Amino acid sequence: MKGLKTFSRGGVHPPGRKNLTSSKAIKNAVIPTISIVPLSQHLGSPSECLVKAGDNVTEGMLIGKSTGFISANIHSPVPGTVKEIKDVYLPNGMLSKAVSIELEGEFDRLGKEQNKRDWEGFSKEELLSMIADNGVVGLGGATFPVNVKLSIPKGKKAEYFVVNGVECEPYLTADHRLMLEKAERIIKGIQIISKIVEPEKIAMGIEINKPDAIETMKKAAAEAGIPLDVVPLQVKYPQGDEKQLLQAITGREVPSGALPIDIGCVVSNVGTVHAIYEAVVFNKPLIERVLTVTGGAIANPQNLKVRIGTPISSIIEECGGFKEVPEKVVVGGPMMGFTIYDLDTPVIKGTSGILALTSSEIHGAVRTSCISCGRCIQACPMGLNPTTLFKYIDHGDYTEASELGLMDCKECGSCGFVCPARIPLIQGMRLGKRMLRKKKVKA
Amino acid sequence: MFIKIIFSFLSVTVLGGLLGLGLAIAAKLLAVKKDERIELIESILPGANCGACGYPGCSGYAEGVVNDGASLTLCTTGGGVVAEKIAEIMGETVEVSSQKMVAQVHCRGTRDTTKYAFDYRGIADCNAMMILYGGDKECKYGCLQGGSCIAVCPVDAIGRDEQNRIWVDKDICISCGKCIDVCPTHVMKWVPYDADYIVACNSVDKGALVRKYCSVGCIGCKICEKKSGEGGFIVENNLAHIDFSKTGDRTAAVTSCPSKCIISTETALPEIIAKKETLEVNDKT
Repeated sequence: MKGLKTFSRGGVHPPGRKNLTSSKAIKNAVIPTISIVPLSQHLGSPSECLVKAGDNVTEGMLIGKSTGFISANIHSPVPGTVKEIKDVYLPNGMLSKAVSIELEGEFDRLGKEQNKRDWEGFSKEELLSMIADNGVVGLGGATFPVNVKLSIPKGKKAEYFVVNGVECEPYLTADHRLMLEKAERIIKGIQIISKIVEPEKIAMGIEINKPDAIETMKKAAAEAGIPLDVVPLQVKYPQGDEKQLLQAITGREVPSGALPIDIGCVVSNVGTVHAIYEAVVFNKPLIERVLTVTGGAIANPQNLKVRIGTPISSIIEECGGFKEVPEKVVVGGPMMGFTIYDLDTPVIKGTSGILALTSSEIHGAVRTSCISCGRCIQACPMGLNPTTLFKYIDHGDYTEASELGLMDCKECGSCGFVCPARIPLIQGMRLGKRMLRKKKVKA
Repeated sequence: MFIKIIFSFLSVTVLGGLLGLGLAIAAKLLAVKKDERIELIESILPGANCGACGYPGCSGYAEGVVNDGASLTLCTTGGGVVAEKIAEIMGETVEVSSQKMVAQVHCRGTRDTTKYAFDYRGIADCNAMMILYGGDKECKYGCLQGGSCIAVCPVDAIGRDEQNRIWVDKDICISCGKCIDVCPTHVMKWVPYDADYIVACNSVDKGALVRKYCSVGCIGCKICEKKSGEGGFIVENNLAHIDFSKTGDRTAAVTSCPSKCIISTETALPEIIAKKETLEVNDKT
């Protein structure tokens, strides 16, 4: 471990528990009879619905149109008939309109040979519009529209393009498997992005707990002859966040409120790079993604390629159901994921995993008072003081919390993970941010 | 010896006189003229310093009215009477409704009557609950009972009954509207002080759906409209509400309401056990 790069401030070491699925190849999941496709799967404004109940849709047809600068297209993951447009709760607790599609008819893409396009002939603008048309968003979790991220603003230059293969969340192995199985495609994807952003250096960060992925990526890069610098990193959470990854690899720090491009960097997750490759070469919309279904309560943990809109209950069934009653079902990683109560919640573009956790994995405990031990301050990768922030939020003083940097919090969960008093710090931060936004809208 | 005492005595007296004279002149020359209207307005304002007007306390609002031309009707606590008096001082006229409005919770759902979707174990704050799937009740319009309104009420007018339901004591309420601002489901709404009945439901879901999750929710059946049309009952968007400008008899609607969600504002009051709440520890991660 010594001598390897990592970020400097804060961070925690949760148990990895990746061995449940790290050796299992990606399988195609069963396509559900009813898909529920939310219209707000990305950061930014929800898409405009283009279909109504009774309409026929084909696989990959545009059903939600991007409605602004930061927004993304949504495509139908399956062929079929639109049953209804209804409100559903997303795995992140927010309400969104969703199109419910009943499977019917023939697939245009599934099981058929895809025409490959020669991407090298396309210009930058053409590549960007292909990515936008196919609704590609960041698959690492933030679901930021990729075409916006890759459009370098005037007067700025991308010195670094960093590929994020860290996957620091415990349990999750989807990116790991993708690197092992689709290394060639990822390399091609990197070449496409390089053409768009024209970086001086290309690097890829992978934590040292995935030595096979580091090896595979190095080999694939050498074969393709691209100058990809695969950087092995120490294992530390939250290294998969772009700000921490950039600090680990380039030594530069993204200032508060700024974006990576402000320090000359562009970051993309390996899943996103893969989706960009498919969008450009096969003109394939983002209608499926790889995710990890795991946890102590899942009978047969797996890595699955799942259609967007698949109800989580159907995925769990495919993995053999529950072998014991789970204490919690979490969507996303255990650190940043959300507990869901309704197993019919659909998979969305940002869903990286489904975890059914037993009570022994959760270590449930009763909340007690803050003992001012300062562990949360030590753990915070953003250099914030979570305990003080929480106290202000607890007393409704959101403005004061904002002055102490509440908006820099990215809800990574490190503070809550180390808190010996089990204070729901992250929920407090989310509450504070919500109230600040509410205030802003009012004012 | 004696001379020395006289000398020091005199010198201190003269010095004091001179400095006093200086202060007197400075007070005249450098005097800051305070608009006397500010003091007049301040004396009229209720002095609750609730902050509902958006200014830091009553003196802040008085200065705001005189110096920044703030609206004269911002003091909800004082209501129409105070607004008219302020207008008199400022030499302007305002149109005010003389009716005092108070806040009230339009939900009577408890654990016995309403279905809960999941077991919430986080911070006891309605806005925090709202972020997670719109709260733990299956009804997404009802009172979450997190007590955020109780925490913000400046006069302790809000309390809970034995079943954790929240109710505003209209005699204590000063109409500052803070609870209405903080409530994420908008179940806390304005009603006239002298309202006899309210429709204690906020759900705009269709009747069949409401029946599934709540036995005391308004199902939009319009019986109240038919029975007491004179009483101002109107059903809009699957939810009944009362037009309080109509003063007809409302009792027929109250007795015939199938889900008994039209309730008297008087009878519900004695149930209250007022207890000021801080954020309570009830969670288990």
